[in-house]
Amino acid sequence: MTDVLDPPILAQPGDHGHAHEGPTGILKWLTTTDHKIIGLSYTVTSVIMMVIGGALAEIIRAQLTSSNNSLVSLAQYNELFTMHGSVMIYLFAGPFAFGGLANILVPIQIGAPDMAFPRLNALSYWLYLMGSITMLMGFFTAGGAANFGWVAYAPLSNSINTPGAGADLWIAGLLLTGFSAIFTGVNLTATIFYLRAPGMTMFRMPIFTWNMLVTAILILLAFPVLTAGLIMLYCDRHFGTHIFSVQGGGVPVLWQHIFWFWGHPEVYILALPFFGMVTEIIPVFSRKPVFGYKGMVFATMTIGALSLGVWAHHMFTTGVVLLPFFSIMSFLIAVPTGIKFFNWIGTMWRGEIWFSTAMLMAIGFLFTFLVGGITGIYLASPPIDFFTHDTYFVVAHFHSIVMALVLGAMGGLYYWGPKITGYLLNETIGKMQFWFLFIGIQVFTFPMYLLGLRGMPRRVAAYPLHPSWQTLNELSTVGAVMIGVSTVLFMVNIGYSWKKYPAGDNPWDGHTLEWFTTSPPPHHNFYRLPRIRSERPTWDYNHPDRPAKAHGHHDNQDEVPVV
Amino acid sequence: MRVEARILLSLGSFFGFMSALYWFWGHENAGGVMIFAAMLLCFVPGSYYFWWSRRMKERPEDDPNATQAQGAGVIGAFPGTSIWPFTLAMGAFFVVLALVFGIWFLVPGFGLAAWALFGGTAEGRRGGTH
Amino acid sequence: MRTLVLSLVARSTAFLHGLAGLVTSEPFALHSRETDSDASLFRGLDTHHSVKSSTKLLERILNRRRLWCRVRRVVALPIAALALAGCTVPTFGAAPGVTTSSRSAYHLWQGFSIGAALIGSLVVVLILWTMVFHRRKGDNIPEQSQYHIPLELTYVIVPILIVIGLFAWTMVVENQEVANPKTSVTINVNAFQWGWKFTYPGQDVVVIGQTTQNPEMVMPVNENVHINLTSTDVIHSFYVHDFNFSRLALPGVLNQFTFRAVNTGTFQSQCSEICGLYHSLMYFRVKVVTRPQYEVWLESKANAGVAQASRITNNQQTSSVVPTKLTKSKGDN
Repeated sequence: MTDVLDPPILAQPGDHGHAHEGPTGILKWLTTTDHKIIGLSYTVTSVIMMVIGGALAEIIRAQLTSSNNSLVSLAQYNELFTMHGSVMIYLFAGPFAFGGLANILVPIQIGAPDMAFPRLNALSYWLYLMGSITMLMGFFTAGGAANFGWVAYAPLSNSINTPGAGADLWIAGLLLTGFSAIFTGVNLTATIFYLRAPGMTMFRMPIFTWNMLVTAILILLAFPVLTAGLIMLYCDRHFGTHIFSVQGGGVPVLWQHIFWFWGHPEVYILALPFFGMVTEIIPVFSRKPVFGYKGMVFATMTIGALSLGVWAHHMFTTGVVLLPFFSIMSFLIAVPTGIKFFNWIGTMWRGEIWFSTAMLMAIGFLFTFLVGGITGIYLASPPIDFFTHDTYFVVAHFHSIVMALVLGAMGGLYYWGPKITGYLLNETIGKMQFWFLFIGIQVFTFPMYLLGLRGMPRRVAAYPLHPSWQTLNELSTVGAVMIGVSTVLFMVNIGYSWKKYPAGDNPWDGHTLEWFTTSPPPHHNFYRLPRIRSERPTWDYNHPDRPAKAHGHHDNQDEVPVV
Repeated sequence: MRVEARILLSLGSFFGFMSALYWFWGHENAGGVMIFAAMLLCFVPGSYYFWWSRRMKERPEDDPNATQAQGAGVIGAFPGTSIWPFTLAMGAFFVVLALVFGIWFLVPGFGLAAWALFGGTAEGRRGGTH
Repeated sequence: MRTLVLSLVARSTAFLHGLAGLVTSEPFALHSRETDSDASLFRGLDTHHSVKSSTKLLERILNRRRLWCRVRRVVALPIAALALAGCTVPTFGAAPGVTTSSRSAYHLWQGFSIGAALIGSLVVVLILWTMVFHRRKGDNIPEQSQYHIPLELTYVIVPILIVIGLFAWTMVVENQEVANPKTSVTINVNAFQWGWKFTYPGQDVVVIGQTTQNPEMVMPVNENVHINLTSTDVIHSFYVHDFNFSRLALPGVLNQFTFRAVNTGTFQSQCSEICGLYHSLMYFRVKVVTRPQYEVWLESKANAGVAQASRITNNQQTSSVVPTKLTKSKGDN
């Protein structure tokens, strides 16, 4: 049944999963070009960034717990929310999504020995690490870190209003991480287009890989725009240009157009990989194929395409954008997202669902993203946006979304952790982590929806005129603490399960190619490759009598598989 | 390569339609230019793949009935361990620090970057480690 | 009856077992491709087997009424909510506000929320349903259905129709809000770091205050008031919660809009776009009064304020130290 792939690049069974010669220790890490090690480095670094961003968040929540608190000063508070948002979005969510798990999984899922450009891949990681350090260095400067919000609107971000090295370090860090992302986009696209294994046609790729392809294209379309905007901002700050300042004939709102033209695709760059992870987890733990595979692909591409046309829904209250165009485009994006939702449910429907931690995380993702997605539809309507923009309603909306992505990320780590490391994580601690995280997220976000509707604006350090808002703020802080506890439980699980539960090749009876190889995979990923005749090559190998069927057909040994 | 070409060309066409719509309805230069640029970015590789896909014979990964043996042989160059990515990144790091702390940072910045570019290119030509 | 009670008991026991499975389990056994035994995969979840039969019985009872139950469940909650609310539509967290456009926006919000509640409940019910009724019951591999074109087309087309409906209603309300009716009062609002300046052109009245001085913009009720909004330094946001409205104050741009307030009162507001150090304290108030009161106020300000206003220029703060302590808190929420 199994065909042997002969090229000299593949490892021989005699190799014990690592090269015989070559550097060891720290020099090995500095010089590696193996996508699995690079991806693991990305994952570990981005989780550290998540912890840093989370710590900043807990300080913010502590400050907001009482209406006239003076835990931090006004200046410190501005730095806190700026760096919390910046670290979480630029340094955690993106890199985790497209540099971490994608780096490790995409080559293995398509049967490739590595990424198309391994040294470029390594460069991406080091640029990311140095960019993160650069941005965080702002905290150690005299003026403090950047303090103009993660969106750095002009003219607040110019040198008159925000002098100081913190802002420049922020820009510098983002230049590095921006190029890191662009190079990863190039690598992913080239790998997916050129390095698939025989028989792995485009429409047999796993949905995670499809999502990473669309993510990579979005990165290539969007990140150069951000880089250009940052350079323009830097020029305004230091080279005397007046691109964004009225005094010199510039247009401040141009910054917003440029920033959000990147900014909106960015949130889909963040979301699509986690959609992909969930789309891998749900079929395996329902023991059925993905429902509506082609619909999923179509929906992902539609989301990608539409995401480039909705940027000004972040600018509805500027009064200078074409409201109907952006409103209808933003409404339309809800349609492919809904298609994905119904396909996820369709995958679970009449399956044999088993609730491992990874599956719980994926289901938690479904509920949380439902809330976030529906509140997004409200925001697509300008009249509603007029009274929710820049209030805690928006903060709650996007936190529902990103916390759903965190649930997806945790699901991905529990699902693929055994493949990458060779060891399972403890399920009991994992489930405790899940419940703290899931309930914590709802307790954290729901009060913020109400606070926004009651008039609490964003980015305020205290609310002395509105002591009635305090109770909801206290409740939200409780939720934030629960989320913090869940992160601690995750660390505890890693420590507790360290090398304790060997996983084997396929602990979950997975469907896709990565479950065919060993855990962890050998150098260049595969000793052998199976025949690929559907989007579930490992399932077909293990269960040749149960191929995918169209709805309504009964399983029959003699029937030819539909795909 | 047909599917890849089709993906990029349809994205490009969609952006083309959207940029025309937005340019004439929105009267807003920045957005119009950016969507138009997105269209170009999709059409350039998309057209290349489209042109190529009509000329190349079917690759094993596009053949739904391929066997693994059909993909045998060298499939690409996969450089092994290399110090040059790290060096280049450190060079880039110093270059951007020059934006913040002073122009003299460009000396180590461009120095390391140039060393990495030369070293990396030479390594590629030599074949590198495996 | 007895059967029903017994099966309900069995069901809740099964449910509790299932719940326990959601919280604890054994770590998974090693799975190697050679032995390929599915049984070893599920060692940790074996507690399900003992309650399989009672679960099946109740499922058969429910199956017959499955579709009807599902429909009822989806529609019941909002209808019940409506009935309990005494046939008024619930607020869903927002408020009607005190202007004509705030009320239209509020009704739009309610409409969206009803749609959100219906669709959200449908999806939640579907997910919960499948989690409960399609749980693993053994080691069987279920039917490997992969697509269903009519169903998929339905959930492409129906959301598009819903979205078009939402967009149409949005456009109606939006056109109302951006309309430019004839106005009787004009106020120039100038935002600066970190306060507000309200100028009444033609009346020689200027109100200016920063941060906790909480300057007050007075306007008459039941009249169309035109606002000219701009900023002299960075971007600020003119956010009046009780008008269900906010608009950015952009330097170099004049944003214009109209209100028609229908209630009197004083409405605490503040800047909602990050604008620097004292953004959190950039308060202002909007006070809606009757026309006679408005004219009295205008006169008193014109007499007292002219000399003072002429000394104040746009870019300067009113004192060298930005006030941060509240002079008096009204305690309005």
